[in-house]
Amino acid sequence: MRVALFVTCVNDTLYPDTGKAVVTLLERLGVTVDFPAAQTCCGQPQFNTGYRHETEPLVRRYAKAFEGYDYIVTPSGSCAAMVRDNYPRIGERARAEGRGEGLAAVAASVVPRTYELTEFLTDVLKVTDVGAYFPYPVTYHPTCHGLRMLGLGRRPQELLSHVKGLELVELPGAEECCGFGGTFAVKNAAVSAAMGADKARNITSTGARAVCTVDNSCLMHIGGTLARLGSEVRPVHLAEILASTEEQPYGGIR
Amino acid sequence: MSGTYLGMPAFPVAAGEAVRDTTLRGNLRHATHTIRDKRARAVAELDDWQQLRAAGKQIKDDVLRHLDHYLVRLEEAVTTAGGTVHWAADADEANRIVTDLVRATGETEVVKVKSMATQEIGLNDALAEAGITAYETDLAELIVQLGDDLPSHILVPAIHRNRSEIRDIFTDAMGRWGRPAPEGLSDSPAELAEAARLHLREKFLRAKVGISGANFMIAETGTLVVVESEGNGRMCLTLPETLISVVGIEKVLPSWQDLEVFLQLLPRSSTAERMNPYTSTWTGTTDEDGPRTFHLVLVDNGRTDTLADEVGRQALRCIRCSACLNVCPVYERAGGHAYGSAYPGPIGAILTPQLRGTDTALDASLPYASSLCGACYEVCPVAIDIPEVLVHLRERVVQGGEVTRAGNRVTLRPAKGHAAERAAMRAARWALDHPAALRAGQRLASRTRRFHPRRLPGPGKAWTDTRDVPAVPAESFRDWWQRTRGTGAAATGSGTGTGTGTGIESREGTK
Repeated sequence: MRVALFVTCVNDTLYPDTGKAVVTLLERLGVTVDFPAAQTCCGQPQFNTGYRHETEPLVRRYAKAFEGYDYIVTPSGSCAAMVRDNYPRIGERARAEGRGEGLAAVAASVVPRTYELTEFLTDVLKVTDVGAYFPYPVTYHPTCHGLRMLGLGRRPQELLSHVKGLELVELPGAEECCGFGGTFAVKNAAVSAAMGADKARNITSTGARAVCTVDNSCLMHIGGTLARLGSEVRPVHLAEILASTEEQPYGGIR
Repeated sequence: MSGTYLGMPAFPVAAGEAVRDTTLRGNLRHATHTIRDKRARAVAELDDWQQLRAAGKQIKDDVLRHLDHYLVRLEEAVTTAGGTVHWAADADEANRIVTDLVRATGETEVVKVKSMATQEIGLNDALAEAGITAYETDLAELIVQLGDDLPSHILVPAIHRNRSEIRDIFTDAMGRWGRPAPEGLSDSPAELAEAARLHLREKFLRAKVGISGANFMIAETGTLVVVESEGNGRMCLTLPETLISVVGIEKVLPSWQDLEVFLQLLPRSSTAERMNPYTSTWTGTTDEDGPRTFHLVLVDNGRTDTLADEVGRQALRCIRCSACLNVCPVYERAGGHAYGSAYPGPIGAILTPQLRGTDTALDASLPYASSLCGACYEVCPVAIDIPEVLVHLRERVVQGGEVTRAGNRVTLRPAKGHAAERAAMRAARWALDHPAALRAGQRLASRTRRFHPRRLPGPGKAWTDTRDVPAVPAESFRDWWQRTRGTGAAATGSGTGTGTGTGIESREGTK
């Protein structure tokens, strides 16, 4: 089984710990992980802002970088959804514009092999108890693309519920968007900030020490809002919780 | 559309003001959350909801594919049943037809059933210019009209008003339009409803002309259908001598059997009711019963142009239930007026830029009025993939391209104001297509990380006004991988240990 990590551009540049946590976690579960260095970005920022043509080279790059791997695992619900939902569309549109079958074939080749981390753990490895230890109350925010585009369901909560020491606290209004939305966060900053403030209030009301998601981009917005409001609640990617053990505990909460 | 919406600012400006209005925020939050929860319960009662939803989508897609056929069939059936059908290519033509029809009766007053199509074309203003007063009889539309306001919701046009605001509007304005509000009116719902009932009754009994829209039109029999809660519609549809119905061409359904699907989808999605209280159907005219004259004005107003677009045409499946508004986190905070048209919320953000085009700053900003969270698509009873259409329209805004306008294929130029963004996107794409450039950028950011300001200038300010920026880590993931696992690096074997402990400081730095 050849497994590649698609770390995503956001994690690569801003949250390398999340990438390291995925490697740690998967290796602990006996999976050998590769990081093809030709990978960069899935193209979601371009695509969702209306620059479909700028996305096309990145679709090709993604397919080329991960050629030959059985599984492409990514710690981002949003980027996995970009590949699964939008790559076929990009291929279809290119075909409709009379630019041949190439891009559609490229898209079709990567869609079935791309897995968000919790899907890979529960559906492929078929584990829910990954031997993790995280002795704090945690609240989980289901990010929109993971929840609605990928249909992750209760996979993340299932994984969290098996983490030793972790108390999963329910988040009020959990399924409401945090207000990140990519370029929405700056194009409609007032509404985005209002959504973020409401999300932060709900998070703080749980008394949890950490808020967890499967997407660091949403967590960047949530965490940035919490920090600005002076909250002590820590934003933590799910992978970092699952990677944490009694021997190598997560060091971000004191 | 209505001239009253002309000259409104782009969505982010209007929404930014609405966000600061705490009364409005409170009203909208309370109302949308209540109805959203009720809808979820009403939908959960049906085991076959997803099949119903698929059927609704399929029927509408079939109608849109053969719209020419069904419309001609409808016209024949309506005519046979004693009605007269008029075709209006745009809002002006529709307004002219209706104005002429009212003038021909010699009347200067009409009563109206709540109708989105007449809001869309700005009929009340057009009638007023011709000296004809249109009385809205739906409770919420009445509140909006008396308050000299604009609707902010498809189903609940006065959703932005609370009870005490409504009491003040009634007390202040009812006397100018007809029967004044009772002395000492309180803000209890029962008293407010009674005041409206008394005020409206004299309009119903006096009116000789009624104007309505329709939720559905049955092609096979020429029957129109209005679905409502208050009974004012039934009054307007039966008491006047002349009935004029103004309906968008996409509202046609092939047969009565198709109605069965929509009479389940619509009430549960919009008011969270199993069945709405009043469903009125009428077929042409009937001797000795109801209006003696019936006119149907079929309105295009950009619909055929929308139909020409393969991705965007799904917006024409919309049955105006407003479930997407009630669940939308952006609508909840921005309010309906920020969308600058009769169609607010997610559906408005995809419908208005198609019906009106993307020429104004407001219309070009609408496709961006969404975080693409997808809640709208999830609740849509006819499965309109609103996020897909939003992204498609964003492409139209920034890249331009071929569209249909008034039946002609035209090439749109990219909208103004996106030049810097376009350049940035191209540059980003170039860097992302050259991993070495990406790595160089990451390393530069890492080396300079101690100098990164907490408050950014330019477009970054929009972020840092309310949010801290994440601190750039000392080392990117790819550099860590290269150093620890790459060719020439000392193999770490298990690879554990390097991960969770080290970079924690990076996020700590955001505090």
